[in-house]
Amino acid sequence: MSSLWIQNARVIDPASKRDAVGDLFVVNGKLVSALSEADQKRAKIIDARGLVACPGLVDVHVHFREPGQTHKETIATGSRAAAAGGFTTIVCMPNTTPPADNAGTIQSIKDAVARDSVVKVFPTGCITSQLKGEALAPIGSLKRAGVVAITDDGNCVQANELMRRAAEYAKMFNLPIMDHCQDHSMTHGAAMNEGVVSTRLGLRGWPNAAEDVIVSRNVILATYTGAHIHMQHISSRNAVEILRRAKSRGVPVSAEATPHHIALTEDALVGYDTNLKMNPPLRTEADRRELIEGLRDGTLDCIATDHAPHTNYEKDKEFDVAPNGILGLETALAITLDVLVRQNGFALSHVIDLMTRRPAKIVNLPSGTLAEGAAADICLFDPEEKWVYDAIAGHSKSSNSPWHRQTLTGRVKTTIVDGRVVFENGKIV
Amino acid sequence: MSWNRQHLITLEELSLAEIEQIHNTAAVFKGVLTRKGPKVPALVGKTVVNLFLEPSTRTRTGFDMAAKRLSADVISFDAASSSTTKGETLRDTAENIQALNVDMIVIRHAAAGAAHYLSKILRIPVVNAGDGAHEHPTQGLLDTFTMKEHFGDMRGRKVVILGDILFSRVARSNIHALTKMGAAVTLVGPSTLVPQHFTAMDVTVSYDLKSALADAEVVMLLRIQHERQNSSLFPSLGEYTGMFGLNKTRASWLNPKAIIMHPGPINRGVEIDSDLTDGPHSVILEQVTNGLAVRMAVLYLCSGGQPEKLNALIA
Repeated sequence: MSSLWIQNARVIDPASKRDAVGDLFVVNGKLVSALSEADQKRAKIIDARGLVACPGLVDVHVHFREPGQTHKETIATGSRAAAAGGFTTIVCMPNTTPPADNAGTIQSIKDAVARDSVVKVFPTGCITSQLKGEALAPIGSLKRAGVVAITDDGNCVQANELMRRAAEYAKMFNLPIMDHCQDHSMTHGAAMNEGVVSTRLGLRGWPNAAEDVIVSRNVILATYTGAHIHMQHISSRNAVEILRRAKSRGVPVSAEATPHHIALTEDALVGYDTNLKMNPPLRTEADRRELIEGLRDGTLDCIATDHAPHTNYEKDKEFDVAPNGILGLETALAITLDVLVRQNGFALSHVIDLMTRRPAKIVNLPSGTLAEGAAADICLFDPEEKWVYDAIAGHSKSSNSPWHRQTLTGRVKTTIVDGRVVFENGKIV
Repeated sequence: MSWNRQHLITLEELSLAEIEQIHNTAAVFKGVLTRKGPKVPALVGKTVVNLFLEPSTRTRTGFDMAAKRLSADVISFDAASSSTTKGETLRDTAENIQALNVDMIVIRHAAAGAAHYLSKILRIPVVNAGDGAHEHPTQGLLDTFTMKEHFGDMRGRKVVILGDILFSRVARSNIHALTKMGAAVTLVGPSTLVPQHFTAMDVTVSYDLKSALADAEVVMLLRIQHERQNSSLFPSLGEYTGMFGLNKTRASWLNPKAIIMHPGPINRGVEIDSDLTDGPHSVILEQVTNGLAVRMAVLYLCSGGQPEKLNALIA
């Protein structure tokens, strides 16, 4: 019998509408309403005075690069970065080498997770074989192997009929489809948002319309098929409006926004810093504002990081040829608190909801709650602590973050998975 | 005024005073070019590397000759002979060149920002000879130098840039220089190649050739790139010529003293009638000559040469 007693925390659990100073009790990895006298005596006690205790954070969009791209990240290093960022449940993307388009690869990922991970990691499978967008992957076998969603993340399925059939087919298994919404015919050679800044810098533009077109397509396909289509990393203001109208009609769509798209704009790119190159690109202030409004009114369901590690030598290149993507896990909470709570007046509990219960719901996982009987996945953080993020000293294997060496506010102190402390005082336990 | 930059990456970052200083230095070197011994001992013992990772004739020859006229040793690499074709990164290529103790590197690269990137990595001066669709500062300097030779003060003068602006580094460098010099710049061409975003750069964007050309004192033509002909940006070269090609009728709308410019390479009969190319308003070959003087000025100043020592040097 192991037990844990977290004392005097501000406990925020949006799932049970709890927001009050109090204690949390854990026995054998589960949350309980109280400890017996015997458990009280042997419990590990954490004094959480001044800290917020919330459900372990959930991220439905992460690249752990295993198998095949382990020079960038591994399940071991990625899961440690997750724990350091307060995340206890991670959904990883299938664009590995080889792609996770078959049950064998899914099993190998699950084996690596069991062996190496310090947090809960759930794989997704590909929509199409080899991510080629030509033929359906064995979606039923992938479901049996344990995927929580299917996605061709990074390679949006271009053929509408294939996407329609994928939606119909996946619905049979109650599997959500996640889509990286990008019409490739409109983004050939694109390196950043199409607009004033790309015009000035002489870089090829990635227009909002390329996202809007596919979001519209997906709304139409979700309407006809009834399948749940989740739109990844929405960046365009018009896409938010398209989703708002779709949701008001009850279309089964959901969507995420990343911390970087709500914190930064294309204006940051004037120095050609490749640690600001991602897909979709940073957009304008008007887009950024609309993403925040979408999160406020529920049009956008959750925050997801699109944690995308790349080595220094891959990023240290001409802007056009550097790969897309930045790290996210270790900075997500601080950045999101800064943008949504401090700059835009969101309630702390609302932001926690966007990073726990709501993302878990998208992939039908029971994570993201501190309800009695739930797994004791807990994040303790100090919302006011200032700290300097050092991406090189961080837990990810890569360091491609635009927030390297910046002072951030809001720091994860302790991360607990199934009642076991996995991260504490800056170190993996 | 002393010169304080070791790199020339963009005209956007230069002040008007700096642009004028390059022009003034170029004017001195232009005088040297027509004398019997057109060489000056400015860069004796120094080595300039031309790293041209994208095809170029005019600019490469211009830099090559400019360095030789300044008595530098010159080594030129092109894309085919460099190790970038073997997968070497630009950083490694450039650091290897620097390790040979060269004194200056001139870079032409297909990626916007490539010269800026090298200037952050290297200790030696970096001169941008064109980076993608971003900037081509020496072209902007030689074009504005040529305009000044014809008109003196450019304040309030109407300059039209006509053609493929979207993909043109020449246009961007000219826009930055000309707006600093006080000229009224109008961009014209098909709307797909002249997006409205350019208005943020203090220029006028127009799709009406007649009103744009009316009384303009300078018209600068840009090459319509055959290689993009099959894309969705415009229907055909024939339609382009029909809508926007400069011909005699359209040239008659210009100010009578107007000059016609083109950075080359020219596609005769596409963006400009052949007759106009060789006609009295054309200054296209003057641009090439001035390019040599401007590039000498840039190499001289960025290598640490000071304007006040110039007269002694050429004596």
